[in-house]
Amino acid sequence: MKRVALYAAALAFMAFAGFPFYWMFITAFKQNRDLYVGAFDTRHVPWIFNDPPTLEHVRVLFGQTDFLRWVANTLLVVVAVVVITVIIAVPAGYSLARLTGRWGERLGMGIFFTYLIPPTLLFIPLSRVISILGLQNSLGALILIYPTMTIPFCTWLVMGFLRSVPWEIEEQAMIDGYSRLAVILRVAPRLILPGILTVVVFTFTLVMQEFVYALTFISSVDRMTVSLGVPIALVRGDVYHWGSLMAAALFISIPLAIMYNLFIDRFIQGFTMGAVKG
Amino acid sequence: MKFADREDLLGAAMLSPALAYVILLVGVPFVLAILLSFSSATAGSLTFDWTGFRNYATILADPIFLRSLRNTAIVTIGSQVLVIVLATAAAQVFRAAFYGKRAARFVLLLPWAVPVSLAAIAWTWIFDSTFSVINWTLRVTGLLHGWLYWLGEPGLALGAIIIVQAWRIFPFATVIVLAGLSSIPQDVVEASIVDGAGFWRRLFRVELPLLLPVIAVAVLFGVVYTATDLGVVYILTGGGPANTTQVLPTLAFQRGVLGADLGQGAAIAVFLVPFLIVVAVLMLRIARRTEVGAGGRKSG
Repeated sequence: MKRVALYAAALAFMAFAGFPFYWMFITAFKQNRDLYVGAFDTRHVPWIFNDPPTLEHVRVLFGQTDFLRWVANTLLVVVAVVVITVIIAVPAGYSLARLTGRWGERLGMGIFFTYLIPPTLLFIPLSRVISILGLQNSLGALILIYPTMTIPFCTWLVMGFLRSVPWEIEEQAMIDGYSRLAVILRVAPRLILPGILTVVVFTFTLVMQEFVYALTFISSVDRMTVSLGVPIALVRGDVYHWGSLMAAALFISIPLAIMYNLFIDRFIQGFTMGAVKG
Repeated sequence: MKFADREDLLGAAMLSPALAYVILLVGVPFVLAILLSFSSATAGSLTFDWTGFRNYATILADPIFLRSLRNTAIVTIGSQVLVIVLATAAAQVFRAAFYGKRAARFVLLLPWAVPVSLAAIAWTWIFDSTFSVINWTLRVTGLLHGWLYWLGEPGLALGAIIIVQAWRIFPFATVIVLAGLSSIPQDVVEASIVDGAGFWRRLFRVELPLLLPVIAVAVLFGVVYTATDLGVVYILTGGGPANTTQVLPTLAFQRGVLGADLGQGAAIAVFLVPFLIVVAVLMLRIARRTEVGAGGRKSG
């Protein structure tokens, strides 16, 4: 009996969480005459394929829209932001964990809190900064601004990660005659590598998800990222092409979901800060 | 001592790029946001005319602003109450071992992984006035006889927004509560079982009090994510019908970016600051208390 209740509850949560994704899936592959039957018609069951599934919407998405262009734009921004974030946040995290002592801990907390300052508070002043720099309507604006979100969180992630790496390896290298700087340049990178991977994944997912700055800074359709282009520019005139729209949403969601599943524990360590301690 | 061995200098050198980035592109704009809110700046010109509290006087006399302030509070509180209930319940389910748990966890995390804007557009389709699968299902099961225009009526639209916000944040909260559950000392739980406490008693008397800091962290992030979110409302309702579902971020966007009135937009966005300060203060408190309380917790 207890088992039944457990499975029922698990299924209920799965249904609630997964329902929109099932809906993306079924919409993406339904024929239009199966899709656009009003919900008034209670004899037509919208939950299933009443007609054979079709690849028509997918073909339209890849062939007749800017979707692939948006994917390319997004990947370009991802690569640039990952490079900036790794170069800036990894040394900062190392510094806070190993070099700066007690005041570093305070400073680390301060940097982390800037992650809580939301884009919706900063987008108005930043739109001014962006126009002064002449970066309006360019991917350069996103490449410049996205690190403001990734650097604080990733600095914190790297710092937390290094705390769980024993200091002895670096200490031994110093005993062996390495200078402090040589340890940082030659020994530390190997130790931080798994932490850097988390930074890359976090940055990737954040850039894929960001909407507010993209909406504010980018106005040309051919310069949009996926999270902006799909909901804003796949709507042609007043007509929503729901099949293609949902296909796009589905194709973007799946890789992100897989990444989240692989890295969830690392992210959580970052979020819970000191609140989870054994 | 050589530079290569000076920890303080190396530390400062490695930290300064991050500090500079954050100060220049978060700190300065934050101050600028507050300055702009006292000015008559517009997007077209670069001038900065000090106008004192005029922007604030204008928006405080504006019923649309007051409504958006109220909506922000309603959506934030409503969705976070749902999140607490859902996340606590889901954590109880997902701490147990069961067949297919990995797949179940994958599905549970989907709402958190998907970009907000794409989730919002999917929900827009789900709530469609003509094709809503929710309406179809409610009618077939006999729960609905009329018709629900989800995004067309102010009350229903706010409800839809709350559902979507709770949906996208509860998986995150669940994972955090799960992390908290795994850190509860087993001897405490076992002692309560030996003492004859059943499931509910154990949940409310033993586990929930111990989980409080971690639930608080989840809710605080949830508050920040909901109160400051633009995407869900912007895509789902666009603030409509007739500006009845505007929240602070969408109104700030409408006035500040689309309407090019930077001063007024900034003043609207500044009303998010009190939310954020409360959150930051509470988080610091929790972080400090758990550090102090970590030793004491085991004896309790």
